[in-house]
Amino acid sequence: MRGCSAWMMALAVLLIATPLKAQDRLDVVASFSILADFVREVGGERVDVTTLVGANGDVHVYTPAPQDAKKVADARLLIVNGLGLEGWLPRLLQASRSKAPIVVASDGITPLKLGSEADPHAWQSVENAKVYVKNIRNALVQADTADADDFRRNAERYLAELDALEAEVRSEIEKIPPERRKVISTHGAFGYFARSYGVEFIAPSGVSTEAEPSARDVAAIIARIKHDKITAVFLENISDERLIRRISEETGARVGGTLYSDSLTDEKGVAPTYIAMVRHNIKALTSALSR
Amino acid sequence: MSIHDALIAPFTEFEFMRRALAAIIAVSLSGAPIGVFLMLRRMSLVGDAMAHAILPGAAIGFLISGLNLFAMTTGGLIAGFAVAILAGLVSRTTGLKEDASLAAFYLASLALGVSIVSIRGSNIDLLHVLFGNILAMDDQTLLVIAANTSITLIVMAVIYRPLVIESVDPLFLRTVSRAGAPAHYLFLALVVINLVNGFQALGTLLAVGLMILPAAIARFWARDITGMICVAVLSALMSGYAGLVLSFQTGLPSGPAIIMVAAALYVASVLLGSVGGLVRQLFPGRHLEA
Repeated sequence: MRGCSAWMMALAVLLIATPLKAQDRLDVVASFSILADFVREVGGERVDVTTLVGANGDVHVYTPAPQDAKKVADARLLIVNGLGLEGWLPRLLQASRSKAPIVVASDGITPLKLGSEADPHAWQSVENAKVYVKNIRNALVQADTADADDFRRNAERYLAELDALEAEVRSEIEKIPPERRKVISTHGAFGYFARSYGVEFIAPSGVSTEAEPSARDVAAIIARIKHDKITAVFLENISDERLIRRISEETGARVGGTLYSDSLTDEKGVAPTYIAMVRHNIKALTSALSR
Repeated sequence: MSIHDALIAPFTEFEFMRRALAAIIAVSLSGAPIGVFLMLRRMSLVGDAMAHAILPGAAIGFLISGLNLFAMTTGGLIAGFAVAILAGLVSRTTGLKEDASLAAFYLASLALGVSIVSIRGSNIDLLHVLFGNILAMDDQTLLVIAANTSITLIVMAVIYRPLVIESVDPLFLRTVSRAGAPAHYLFLALVVINLVNGFQALGTLLAVGLMILPAAIARFWARDITGMICVAVLSALMSGYAGLVLSFQTGLPSGPAIIMVAAALYVASVLLGSVGGLVRQLFPGRHLEA
């Protein structure tokens, strides 16, 4: 009981301290870089975003460090993708004893199936990204009513940008002849993109970057490339590129550059924001496929 | 499906299968003899320990030059040598046994490696890059493996006699020659080189598989070292080839498929082996008549 009352004291002190802190910015933790970008766009000046899996990190195989538990414990709001992407999250939450409300950004999206599990990479379709942004906006508005108008304004501006982006993607895809809209990529991160925009992605390994492909898988892909006359294979920024290079050399399909799937690059990279990432991907696709 | 389709067509049809086979042949040729000596010197688990010791070197290579296979391999080699030599020094100059001193050094090295990887902050799967995939043999990796194999075979030819004598009767060697210690260190260096080979071909956990399992198999078929080395190389080659075919036909991941074939051969040898196999022990009569 003594421990409990100590906690109560700490809580009381915290509660007293909070009104002073309210002038400060809202502490938000996002599970990976793409969500963090959304939160920054919507929250603008009024939020402090911390990312657990930063630029170029692999959110699938991430193992939390103590600072991460601390970040989560200190957060006022925790934004996650959901759909089974953050398998490490339950343990982290337990360990950090966080009281922050958890917002599942993909809430309301009907998941695609990848095998028996849901495909978590929903953000690869811009339409879904808009759902993410709306969910994040609602969460921020609820967490910090004083700045609600700011958040709504920012979200509206950003959603308009996403609308423009969606139109841009569609018109770019139009430029690729329909029979050439097929590519190989290292892990199945583009299911939603494929469904929304009608580009077929064939992946050597399954949903997770951990799975090791078998000789049969690789042979099947090579046979498929030759049979369907697929002209481009793509790398992603997070998985082993040697396999895809091997496939490329063996089939004569060109390596069409790097597609960014699960994480943004840092400021100096080609895809520091979500919009830049989508633009980069679509440019890589069209330049590899339209010739 | 004809026999040709099942066993040969995968290799004639796909270049990646031919490259995988070439890599496996190279790894078998040098790894299996090393495994035999490891076994004879009761160091079968040393390979696993050394595999962990290599990590910090690879991590430093990664920090210095990013995802550069050559830098990471060199770093791994240096770290592996350092641990092997330090552990050897401690065990030869103090009372601590080889296994204990190696355990101490490899654990320290592993802890260092994990810390260095996380200092970088990026949690890109370093192991994925360091540990290749048998199906993705590019020219650079194949050359590294071939070079390592050639070095191993040449060095082994040079130190063969002291190595054999030290494995069976170290005290005798000490009385007639001073070649024991240098041969021992060179041998440890070869172990490290072959571990790097194994990493490239089979990935992390299985790197030691094509060294130790064939040696254990050979123990059940041959009495002298030459015979054991021949059987070990042969069974490594068989496991490699059959594992690739198995992976091709059933969709099992290639590294585990190869090691599973080797493990099956091992079980068969334990049962049926002509030297101390269980069946021969139970029915010695028939064997003696033959």
